[in-house]
Amino acid sequence: MATKQIIHGVFGDEVPMLEACKKLRAAGIRIKEVYTPMPVHGIDAIIGLPRTRMAICAFIYGITGTSLATLMMWYMMVHDWPNDIGGKPTWAYYMAVPAFIPITFEATVFCAAHGMALTYLLRCWLVPGAKAKNPDPRTTDDKFLVYLELNEEQAKKADVILKETGVEEVNYKGTLQIEPKY
Amino acid sequence: MHAESEIREPLIEGNKTYRQISDDIIAPIEGKAAKGWYTLTTIMALCFLWGIGCLAYTIGVGIGSWGSNNGADWAWDITNFVWWIGIGHAGTLISAVLLLFRQKWRMAINRSAEAMTIFAVLCAAIFVTLHTGRPWLDYMLFPLPNQFGSLWPNFNSPLLWDVFAVSTYATVSIVFWYIGLIPDFGMIRDRVVKPWQKKMYSLLSFGWGGSARHWSRFEEVSLVLAGLSTPLVFSVHSIVSFDFATSIVPGWHTTIFPPYFVSGAVFSGFAMVLTLMLVVRKIYKLEAYVRIKHIEYMNIVIIVTGSIVGVAYLTELFVAWYSGVEWEQYAFLNRATGPLAWSYWIMMSCNVLSPQLFWFKKIRTSVLATFILSIVVNIGMWFERFVIIVPTLLRTYLPSTWNTYTPSFIDIGIFVGTIGMFGTFFLLFSRFFPVIAQAELKTILKASGQQQKLDSAKHSHHAAAHN
Repeated sequence: MATKQIIHGVFGDEVPMLEACKKLRAAGIRIKEVYTPMPVHGIDAIIGLPRTRMAICAFIYGITGTSLATLMMWYMMVHDWPNDIGGKPTWAYYMAVPAFIPITFEATVFCAAHGMALTYLLRCWLVPGAKAKNPDPRTTDDKFLVYLELNEEQAKKADVILKETGVEEVNYKGTLQIEPKY
Repeated sequence: MHAESEIREPLIEGNKTYRQISDDIIAPIEGKAAKGWYTLTTIMALCFLWGIGCLAYTIGVGIGSWGSNNGADWAWDITNFVWWIGIGHAGTLISAVLLLFRQKWRMAINRSAEAMTIFAVLCAAIFVTLHTGRPWLDYMLFPLPNQFGSLWPNFNSPLLWDVFAVSTYATVSIVFWYIGLIPDFGMIRDRVVKPWQKKMYSLLSFGWGGSARHWSRFEEVSLVLAGLSTPLVFSVHSIVSFDFATSIVPGWHTTIFPPYFVSGAVFSGFAMVLTLMLVVRKIYKLEAYVRIKHIEYMNIVIIVTGSIVGVAYLTELFVAWYSGVEWEQYAFLNRATGPLAWSYWIMMSCNVLSPQLFWFKKIRTSVLATFILSIVVNIGMWFERFVIIVPTLLRTYLPSTWNTYTPSFIDIGIFVGTIGMFGTFFLLFSRFFPVIAQAELKTILKASGQQQKLDSAKHSHHAAAHN
C-alpha cells in the first residue's frame, strides 16, 4: 500500500507553468492534471496528453446519420409507398437521389453534431448536478494549477522544480492511499 | 503561443489581466441590473405578451384572421420567417466560419451573436409552425408511422427539406452555444457568492473544472462543430430559398436565389448583431473588448454581402430582360411600378444605397452611423422578403387571379410579438449569462492585448539594440 502526497502548484501565468511542466516531465515526474482558466496552447504535448478522438466519433456518427436518412427515404419513397408526385422517379433510389440530398446532408450534420456533443459531455462527465471538478476555485479565474500525486522522494524533487520556475503557491492537500494493482 | 504582429491593432484595449477580463464579464451578472434594464425588459415582455395573444387568437379563430388571401397565400408569415432565419445566420457565421478562418476578432462578439441566432430561429419557428393553418397537425410533417397506410411526407419537396434543415440548424446552434458557455459558467460559479446564484451556475456549468484533458476535447469539439455549422449556414438558407426557387412563379423561379438569400441573410444578420452589440458594449462597459475595430470589420462584411445582394438584384433584372420571358419581365416591372412599388423602392434604397456608405472610413468607424444604418439595413431586408413574396403573388400568370393585400392587426401583432420575444430573451441573456466568451478572450490576451503589444515592442527593440 503506497501513500501519495497531493500537491497543488498554483501559478499566476501560463508561461512559468509550462516551464515547470517541462522540467517536471524531464525529471520523470508524472503530472496527473493541469487546471487552467482557458485552453493553453502547447500544453498537451508538454504534459503528454494523447490526442482526443472526438473528431473520429463525429465522423462515425455522421456516417450513421447518412445511412439512417438514406434507409429512411429509400424505404418510404421507393419501397413502401412510391407515390407518383409530378412524375418524379421512384423505381430506384439512385434515380431519386438528387431530391434527397438536402435531407441526407442535414441528417448527417444532425447526427454528427449531437452524437459528438453527447459523447463529449458524457466522457468529461459534464452533466447537470455534477460537482465542480477543479480542486481550487481560482483556476477558472486567473490561476494555473499543476496537480500532482507523488510519493515522498518525488514530492521533494517536484517542490524544488516548482519553486525554481516561479510558482506562486505550493499547497499540500493531504494524502491518498493507493491500493497496489494485482 | 501564436505570435501576432505588433503593428496590428490590438483586440483588447488597455492593460488587462486575466483577472480583469473575468471581472469585466462577470460584473453585469454579479452586480445590480444596468439602469433601464427593467424598463426595456418590461416593454419587450409586453410586446411578447401581445404577440402571444395574437397567436392564441390565430389558433382559435383561424388563418382567416390574417390578411392573407387567394393571391397572397404567403404574406407576412413567410416574410417574417425568412427575415428571422436570415438574421440567425450571422451568429453561426461569426462562431463557425470565422473560427475556421482564425479571425480572432470574432471572440468578443460570438457569444452574443450565437444567442441572437438561437432567439431568432425560435421566432422564425413560430411563423413556420403556425402558417400551416392547423398547427395541431404539424406532427404530420415528420416521417412517423400512421394510420393512413402510413402516409409519408414528400421528401422531394423543399418545404420538407426546410423542416429538417431548420430543425438541424436550431438544435446544432443551441448545442454549439451551450458547449461554449460551459467553461464560462464554471468561472461564474467559482466567483459568485450569493447562494441562489451559486446553485444556478453550479447547475448550468455541469461541473466544469478546466482540466487540460477537458480543454483539449473542448477545442476539438468546437472545431468540429464549427466545421459542421459552416455548411449549415449555406445549406439552410439555400434550402429556404428553394421554397421559392423550385416553384414556377415568375420572379421566383431563378437560380440566383440560393447565393442571393445566403448573402442577404449574412447581411441582415450582421446588421442585427451590430444593433445589439452597440447597445450591449455601451451599457455593460465592454468597449475595451468590442472595439471600433470589431465594428469596422462587421461593417466591412456588411459592404461585401450588401454588394452581393445589390449585384443579385441587377442579375435578376438583367436575366429577366435577356431571357425574353414576358412573365418574368412583368414580375419586375410590377415590383418597381405596380401598386406595391413603394415597398420596392424602400428595399432598394435601404439595401443597395445604405451599405455603400460604409466605404467611407469615417462612417464605418462611427458608432452612431453604424447603429442607424444597421437598423436601416434590417428594415430593407424585411422589405426585400416582402417584395419577393407579396407583390409577386398578387400578379401571377392569370390576371383574373390578381388581388390586393393589406396586413391585419393580427399579422402585425404577431410580428411585434416576436420582436418582443427576441428582445426579452436577449435582455435576459445579457443579465444572467456571460455576454462575451471570456475564456476564449483570455487565450488572445498575450498576443492581442494593447499593453502586451506595447511591452513586447519595447522588449524586441531592446533586444535589437543590444545585438
